[in-house]
Order: sequence, then structure tokens, then C-alpha cells
Amino acid sequence: MEKDQDKIISDVTTSEYKYGFYSDIEMDRIPKGLNEDVVRLISVKKNEPEWLLDFRLKSYRHWLTMKMPTWPNLKIAPINYQDIIFYAAPKERKNLNSIDDIDPELKKTFDKLGIPLQEQKHLAGVAVDAVIDSVSIKTTFKETLAEMGIIFCSFSDAVKEYPDLVKRYMGSVVPYTDNFFATLNSAVFSDGSFCYIPKGIRCPMELSTYFRINSANTGQFERTLLIADEESYVSYLEGCTAPSRDENQLHAAIVEIVAEKNAEVKYSTVQNWYPGDKEGKGGVYNFVTKRGMCKGESSKISWTQIETGSAITWKYPSCILRGDNSVGEFYSVAVTNNYQQADTGTKMTHIGKNTRSTIVSKGISAGHGQNSYRGLVKVLKNATNARNYSQCDSLLLGDKCGAHTFPYLEVDNSTAIVEHEATTSKIGEDQIFYCNQRGISTEDAIGLIVNGYAREVINKLPMEFAVEAQKLLQISLEGSVG
Amino acid sequence: MKEKSEITEKYLGLYKDNINKISGISSPFINSFRAPAFEKFSKLGIPSKKDEAYKYTNLNIFFDHDYENYFMPVPADFIKAEEFRCEVTDLDAYGVVLLNGFYPTLNEKLRQLPSGVWIGSLNAAAVQFSDIFEKNYGKYAKSETDGLIHLNTAMASDGVFVYIPEGVHMTRPVQVVNLVQSDDDTFNQHRNLIIAEKNSNFSIIICDHTLSPQKFLTNAVTEVFVGENAHFDIIRVQNEHNNACKITSTFIHQEKNSVTSSNNITLHGGLIRNNTYHYLGGEGAESYSYGLFLADKWQHIDNFVNVDHAFPHCTSNQLFKGVLDDMSTGAFNGRILVRPDAQGTLAYQKNNNILLTDDTKMDTKPQLEIFADDVKCSHGATIGQLDDDALFYLQSRGINKREARLMLMFGFAHEVIQNIKIEPLRERMDNLVMQRLKGELSRCASCMVKCM
Repeated sequence: MEKDQDKIISDVTTSEYKYGFYSDIEMDRIPKGLNEDVVRLISVKKNEPEWLLDFRLKSYRHWLTMKMPTWPNLKIAPINYQDIIFYAAPKERKNLNSIDDIDPELKKTFDKLGIPLQEQKHLAGVAVDAVIDSVSIKTTFKETLAEMGIIFCSFSDAVKEYPDLVKRYMGSVVPYTDNFFATLNSAVFSDGSFCYIPKGIRCPMELSTYFRINSANTGQFERTLLIADEESYVSYLEGCTAPSRDENQLHAAIVEIVAEKNAEVKYSTVQNWYPGDKEGKGGVYNFVTKRGMCKGESSKISWTQIETGSAITWKYPSCILRGDNSVGEFYSVAVTNNYQQADTGTKMTHIGKNTRSTIVSKGISAGHGQNSYRGLVKVLKNATNARNYSQCDSLLLGDKCGAHTFPYLEVDNSTAIVEHEATTSKIGEDQIFYCNQRGISTEDAIGLIVNGYAREVINKLPMEFAVEAQKLLQISLEGSVG
Repeated sequence: MKEKSEITEKYLGLYKDNINKISGISSPFINSFRAPAFEKFSKLGIPSKKDEAYKYTNLNIFFDHDYENYFMPVPADFIKAEEFRCEVTDLDAYGVVLLNGFYPTLNEKLRQLPSGVWIGSLNAAAVQFSDIFEKNYGKYAKSETDGLIHLNTAMASDGVFVYIPEGVHMTRPVQVVNLVQSDDDTFNQHRNLIIAEKNSNFSIIICDHTLSPQKFLTNAVTEVFVGENAHFDIIRVQNEHNNACKITSTFIHQEKNSVTSSNNITLHGGLIRNNTYHYLGGEGAESYSYGLFLADKWQHIDNFVNVDHAFPHCTSNQLFKGVLDDMSTGAFNGRILVRPDAQGTLAYQKNNNILLTDDTKMDTKPQLEIFADDVKCSHGATIGQLDDDALFYLQSRGINKREARLMLMFGFAHEVIQNIKIEPLRERMDNLVMQRLKGELSRCASCMVKCM
């Protein structure tokens, strides 16, 4: 049986990445490299106002003074920033008003990915903003949403149409000086999604952004800004894929969320960037800064992430719990297979009174994968009655992989209750035996156990995504379980 | 190489001034370690809050201070040291006193030791037992990140050497009392080497005390070798005054099927940092690491534990607890490393802390780094208060609130104390903890000198 298991594990770990195709779309690219002129060029290409260019230049100049941090538990090949194309966009045809105006090749790409750009054919009622090589190409259901006062559009459109909102909130959660990659993004970001839910509105459908890297040698730098005004609610989904390539591509995005009084934001990610091949060649570097601010009283931000892709994942979706009684949640499943590496987790900063946070992190390592959870729970002096519960479990499939946990608990208030628990184990032979005994094959048993293990997190995803995530989990681990 | 801070620069100067004096009293073998270690120290420097392992502990206030005596303390008052008696009734131990990091001659009056057992000064042992000494000295205390280990290797003056030969079972524990006594502010460094050969069995108690109210900084390193099948316990009791800083680093190297336990009880102390490194260097080794601290005033107490599972089928368990009162701060950093081939590892870690006032601060960082799949590892950490329900339960049975709180805190602390195997010591510790929790334990309570 041992052998059988090993074989199944090796089968699971060797499955192919199915979104690895490349679409031949006419692209508008700028030359490789990064300097002040490139930053200006991006700004010009996007017809940006003066204040945004200033913001970019300010960021770029600050970036020059920074060094890439070396503290993560990751092995990262040096990144040559002069060898990256910082802007690539599908060539624009004039006025993309109807679906027919979109480049047919592009449409094919999204059809292949199963992303509905055609509103009428879409069943689930998900409004999609599709971003290819960091330029938003189409946002569906814009009008329906507009009727309720919800703004859901590309970031560049927002800059033009709602400059006040953008000016007010951009950089308020992730300042341009925040960290090496956030600063880089602030200098060169090309597009992204912008969303504003007005007071008292419950967004009737899931909002979704779909990110796709297509061009070679490009870096993807998008920026998402999500504002939930008082008493509003929104559920937001994010999905990502990229073609299979030999070189490593850099993805350094920023997601900022602001939740005002009594607002609730649910942000779900199914991240499936190209993870590199079996020897660990190629793959996307996913270095993302995601942070939400529970600004108002009783606001709530919930992060759910399924991380199956990327050669290296390095991100910590965080919550700043500033409003009294605000709630932060973080649910994560991170899978590392083959030579993938992940250093991910969250930061919960308790500032307001009676703030609560929950962290559930499930790591699955297979092949030579290295999976780290790194989290910070910080309770400041005035955060009376803060409550945190963290649980980090790691599952090891195979004897070459690693699972690591680095929780930091910093408590400055005696009324706080902070708990952290972590376990590391492999699938027990007795569990498999139990399933076998009941006629479930070893492979199915492993699938069953892994899914059960991740269930707690998958349950937090919206329905359509949960099904996809479950499938993804199976594909990512195909041939690896034991 | 990072830039040298001013403080590190200061120690470069001190090294040059003192190295000849220190080398003069120790053997050439010990001296051969000094220059390379200092080289390393000058690269690493004094740990600052930028170093991950010292993120929560600021040593600068103690290292920045200008002491009257460095490394080579002036002869201390032996009479006072002689008057010192540890008040553990019924504790039948081989007592040894270490004064300001030196092994004074008064220790010669040791009781008859079992054959082959040797307890004495490190400097003497380096000459007398050169074979065993050279096989072990400097082999276990290694660190690529902590400059203080290297500073100790470079400048340590003296310390205790204990040798337990193969198969010897010590019925009585060895008690080392570290006394610091001086009329001037002093920086001491001592170094201990403990060797428990195959199939031996023994315990050592190390008590840290300060006898005068001056500002003291102590940087101590203890190396321990535990041979195959040997059983070894180390219990450290710390009771120093608020103006003393104590940094201890204990490196325990274990061979196949050996069992060790380490117990750090910190009752009192200004700034205390205990580094305990367990290296499980053979199949079937077991290691237990316990710690308890009770802090108040402006005290800062930091426990750092590193358990390295290098071989299969080893077991480790860590339990660390802290009670913080007044404005005290505490830190815990526990790391379990399971190396790629260490299959069948069982490793557990628990850290619980109670904050009694709003001005206390606790930072904890339990870590797991696991590279093998057939393992069972878990850790848990909590920071909170006394359980209101439990308090209510006790009160509803007629116990007043103050008493109930004491009982709960005592119960909390006792979970660590109960792991001390030497009964008289365990009882004494329970007593001391109780006194401490009642606020009755001043720094001199356990000391006969009554110098204050």
C-alpha cells in the first residue's frame, strides 16, 4: 500500500498546468527597462492627470532608495528590473462599446479560460472586469450596477471619471512608501479595478476581476481599490492565470480595501498563476500587497484565498481593525507542489476596542514544495477586549517538501485574548486504510482527505468559486498525494 | 557585513585592552579559540532589535553602559560569598560557588565525589583533562547569528567544568551558585562545560544571584554533552535584582537514546534572556524544555528555545509560561526545526502567558520549520487573563477574590514547576513562586547575607 500511495502521490504532483497557452493578440509594448522616462511614458500612454504622474514619480524616486527585503523564507533568483517590460496592453480599438468590438483573439482567450465577457449568456450573475497584462479590457454589467450607484470599472477609467474618490483613497491603506514591491507598483502600475459601493447598498452580484498575464518578459502591476461606504456589502472575487514560460515573470500588485461604518467586504482570491514546470523552471513571482482597513465602527473585512499557482507566492492580506467592534478574517489554503514556494499569511492589527479577528490557514506541501505561514497579530494598547484566534495547519505529502510556521503575537493590552495553534502532520495510514476498507481507492481517499482538510476555507468561498477551487485543488495535487 | 555600531566598536577596544590579561590565566587551548571568535563577533556585533532573534529585546541599555570592570573583575569579597547559603532545606547537593564568573578556591572543600566524577574550574580542567576537554570545548556553542556567543568564547574568564564518567549515577545533584558581588558596576562572562558520558545520570542546578545592588551584566555560555543513554537535567533558578542583566546561552548536545530536561525558573531580574539550544543528535533522543517567569516593575524577560531534530525518532516537548505584572514586558521565541531525514519526529510546544495589567506587553513567536513528512508537530500560544469563570467558581465557594487569583496563578505556574524531579527543590520553588505571587519575595528573600 505504501508503494501504491507513493505512486499516486507522484501522479498527482506531475499533472500539467492547463491554462498555459499563449494568445497571439496584437500588443502595445514599451521597451524593456525602468527609469523615470518609462514612468512618464506609462503616464502619457494612459492620459493621466498631473497629480497621478507626481504620485508615480514620487514613488519611483523612493523606490530607488529601497532594497529588496531578504527576510522571507524563500529562495528568489535575483530580479533584473531592467529586463522587464513595464507596460504591455492589447492594442486598443476605438471605443469598446459592444462585445463585438473586442479583438476576437482576445475573446477566444477568455472563452478558453471560461470567463464570461458576454453578459446575456452569463448565468451566475457575476460582473467581471477582465485585466490582461494589467490593462482592463472589458467590464461587464457596468450599467446594471450603475443604476444602484455602484461604480465598478477599470482603474484608469476611475482616474478620469472619479478623480476625487481615487485621490481620497488611493494610498490611504497601502502608502507608496509601504514596501519594496508596493512602491514599485505605485510607480509603474498600469491598470486594475476600481469599485465603490455607496451608502446602504448591498451589491446584488459578485464582482469579479480576472487577471491574465499574456506577453512574454512583462511584469504585471495592477492596482485594485475597493471602497465600501457606510452600511454597504460587497463580495469580490479575483482569479488569475498566465501562459507557461521558461522565464520567471513578476507580478507585483496592490489591493486596497476601505470599509466604512457597518460595511462588509468579502474578498476571495483563487490564484492560479503559472507555477513553473516540474523542474521548477519558469513560473510567476507573485509578490502582492493586500491590505484592508476597517475604518468605521462594526465594519468587517474577510479575506479568503486559494493559492495553488505561482512559482513563488509572497503575500500577506492584512486587516487594520481601526473601528471599534470591527472584524477581520483570513482564510487561506496554500498549495505548493514541485518546486513551488510560498511565504504567505496575514497581519491583524487591532487598534479599536472590541475588535475581533480569525485566522485559519491551511498549508499543503507536496513534491519539493516549501510552504510557510507567517502571520502577525498585534494588539495595541487601546484595543480593549481584542480577541484573536489563529489556527495554522500544515499537511505534508511526500518526504522532500517542507512546512514552516512563523506566527508573531504582540500583545500590549491585558484584556486581549490571543490564541494560536498550529499542527503539522501527514495523511495517516490509518485514515487511508479506513477509506480503503470501505471500498474507496487510495487516490480517492487522498482526494477526500485533502478536500476535507481544506473544507473549512473552501466553504467561505462563493458557490461558483468553491467548485472551481475544489477542482483546482485536485489538479494541483494530482499525482502527489501520499 | 553590516555596519558596526558604536557599541560594537567599544568592545573592539575592550578586547584589545584585556585580551592579554584574560589569556594569561587560561590554557593555550582555550586561548586558541579567542581570536577567531572575536573576528566573528566583530562581524555580527551586539544583537540589536534588527536581528530577528532579538526583535523583542533591547540589550543596548546594558551594553551601552560604561562598567568599571570588564571581563576581569577585581577580587570580590569572599566572606560575603561564603556567608551565602541557598535556603533549600533538605536539598542534599554538591555545592559549588562561582563568584563573578570565577571559580574560587573555597570550593575545594567539596564532599567526597563518586569515583571519576570531577567538578572544578574550567581553566584547571583544560590542563588536567586536556583529552576530554579538547574533544568537547567549543564544539556545541555555535551560532551564525548571535554575536554574544562569540563574545563569550573570545573573552570568557572562567567557569565550571563537570565531568561524569560512563555509567555513573549521581544520587545527589550538583548545585552551582552564580554570585555576582562587586562595589562597582561589572560586566562578567563565564563559560561552563558539562560532560555526561554514556549511561550516566545526573542533575545540575544553577542558581543566579546578585549580592550587591550595582549594575551588572552577565553573558554566560554553557555547553553540555549528553552521551548515549544518559539522563541529564538542568534546572536554572534566577533571582537577581532589577538592575542586573543576565544573558544565558545553554547548548545541549544529545546522543542516541539520551533524555534531557531543562528548566528555567525566573523569579526576579532586570533584563533576562535565556537561550536554550537542544540538539537531538542521535536516534531516539528525548528533550524536554520548560520555562516559567514572573515579571513585574520594569523587568523584561525573554526566553528563546531552539530544538533541532537532526535524527529520526526523536521527541521534544516545550512548555513555557509567563505571568506579567506592573509595566513588565516579556518575550518568547520557540523554534522547532525538523531536518529532512528526521522522520518519526514528535515535537510539541506550548506557550501561555497571563497579563495582569494594561501596561504589560508580551510578544511571542512560536515557530515550526519542518522538512520531513512523517512527523507530528504542534504548537500553541496564548496570551490572556485569568479565567473569569474559574475565579467565579472559587469565589462562589467562599474563597475571597485575592486568594482565588493567587490560587489560579499558582496553579498556572505549578504546571511548569511540577516537572522538576528533585523533590526538595520542587517544594522550595513552589514556595518561592507563592511568595513571589504574593509580592513578598524581594531579591534578598532567599539570601542570608541581608546586605540591604
